[in-house]
Amino acid sequence: MNILKFIESLSNESLQGTASRRDSFTQFGKFGKTMALASVPFGLSALSNKALAADIGPTPNTPVGALSLALTLEYLENEFYETALSTLGLILPGRDRNVFIQIGAHEADHVAFLKAGLMAAGAPVPAKPTFDFTVGGAFNPFGDYQTFLQFAQAFEDTGVRAYKGQAGNLISTPDLLTYALQIHSVEARHASEVRRIRGLKGWITGNTSGLNAAFDAAYAGEENTNQAGFNTAAAFGAAAGTEAYDEPLTTADSVAIANIFIV
Amino acid sequence: MKNEVKIQEVNPFNTNRRSFLKISGLGVVGAGLLLAGCSSDDDNNPTPVSNNYPGIRNGVFDLGGGDLGILTYAYALEQLEADFYTKVVNASQFNSNFNLEQKTVLTDLYNHEVIHREFFKAAISGALPAGATLLPDLAFDYGSLNFNNPVTVLATAKALEDTGVAAYNGAGRYITNPDYLLLAGKIVSVEARHASAIRSLINYNSVDFAGDDVVDSNTGLDQARKPSQIISEVKSLNFIQTNFTAQFLK
Repeated sequence: MNILKFIESLSNESLQGTASRRDSFTQFGKFGKTMALASVPFGLSALSNKALAADIGPTPNTPVGALSLALTLEYLENEFYETALSTLGLILPGRDRNVFIQIGAHEADHVAFLKAGLMAAGAPVPAKPTFDFTVGGAFNPFGDYQTFLQFAQAFEDTGVRAYKGQAGNLISTPDLLTYALQIHSVEARHASEVRRIRGLKGWITGNTSGLNAAFDAAYAGEENTNQAGFNTAAAFGAAAGTEAYDEPLTTADSVAIANIFIV
Repeated sequence: MKNEVKIQEVNPFNTNRRSFLKISGLGVVGAGLLLAGCSSDDDNNPTPVSNNYPGIRNGVFDLGGGDLGILTYAYALEQLEADFYTKVVNASQFNSNFNLEQKTVLTDLYNHEVIHREFFKAAISGALPAGATLLPDLAFDYGSLNFNNPVTVLATAKALEDTGVAAYNGAGRYITNPDYLLLAGKIVSVEARHASAIRSLINYNSVDFAGDDVVDSNTGLDQARKPSQIISEVKSLNFIQTNFTAQFLK
């Protein structure tokens, strides 16, 4: 039923914002790599020796652009958890495995939901990219459980930031905005749980990732203690002030993160 | 018994003077707006009804409509959360009855929710046009709720955090200013992180952090509910003793 409502809203609402559909999807093409790679938030660009031909470009600032970017990020998460869960001996039976089965199921749902919606609207559905989660052999997330957990945390925290960054692009389509918010908070529930499995707080303190330094740049900006002129550090200090607010990622930064893993 | 806001408490002169004390630190623009408000209210006109501003109507505070109404609605919810966790961490046996992890999480939530409350107070005060009023400090009473019992406290925290997530998710569509929308987005994901952590504290060896009771297992979507629905749910908890209405919110 949600899918039907979603489809209806996609059909009825002014999905394209100011750009035409054709404009949107030529932009969602094969250019913009230089810009994207110049500011790779994960800080992995130097390690990446992969071919760049398949990189996605920045999505346009329209509702369809927002959903297309969201779908690409959900493709990434979905394949990541599918591969991990099917890798023998990586996630042992017990609490952790149950948690990642649940998270993986949600990401698969999100892929199906976003694809169905875009398709029903007659908007092009971005194809699933080919992912390399080893980033050219630099990482071993499916052979080392701690690395897997680090990636999971970074993907979930990044997902929260990326959806948040797209909210403004959906403001003209209230139903789509609501659906995106409903996914956004699920990513945040996931992020909190993965962080807690790793022995961290469920929320982000300052801009520290609690991860290998290679990931630190994905948390850049989270140290913000100024919310619309209000000093969030005033009452309990900067740590609590930054924890109380999650910060968004721009489209360019979200796309750049996805491109790290797209070959 | 409800502690209703009385008409005599909102004598326009007093209201504006009180507002002025709160706004005065926020700069020239706020002060200018306020002075305009003072002069137009000095003639003791009744509360205007030709707008949808937050303020007293028929003797009861109404949250108002539009962006300001949604912000005031969020402020009311954050007042409840902040007050609840303030009582949690100040309970007489907090240190002895709660384990270290529970204390750490609940103290963080206390900090975060107080910060959210004070943020809305400042943000709304700075944005109030002449003739609009800041939601007063609400009065709370939790009846027989035992703040020294971790089971009761965590169950209540779970309800409040899940409600907060559904409230922000459902309210986003009514916000027209992208800056406000982003601010709400920055807060709702933290509420969702809280909900996840509390659920995991209650039932560690489970998938309750994003359980099928809150995340639809067909779509992977979290809950979203309209302000009117949330307000009715929250009022039915009987925690908020100050009466208020929300006639302009859907």
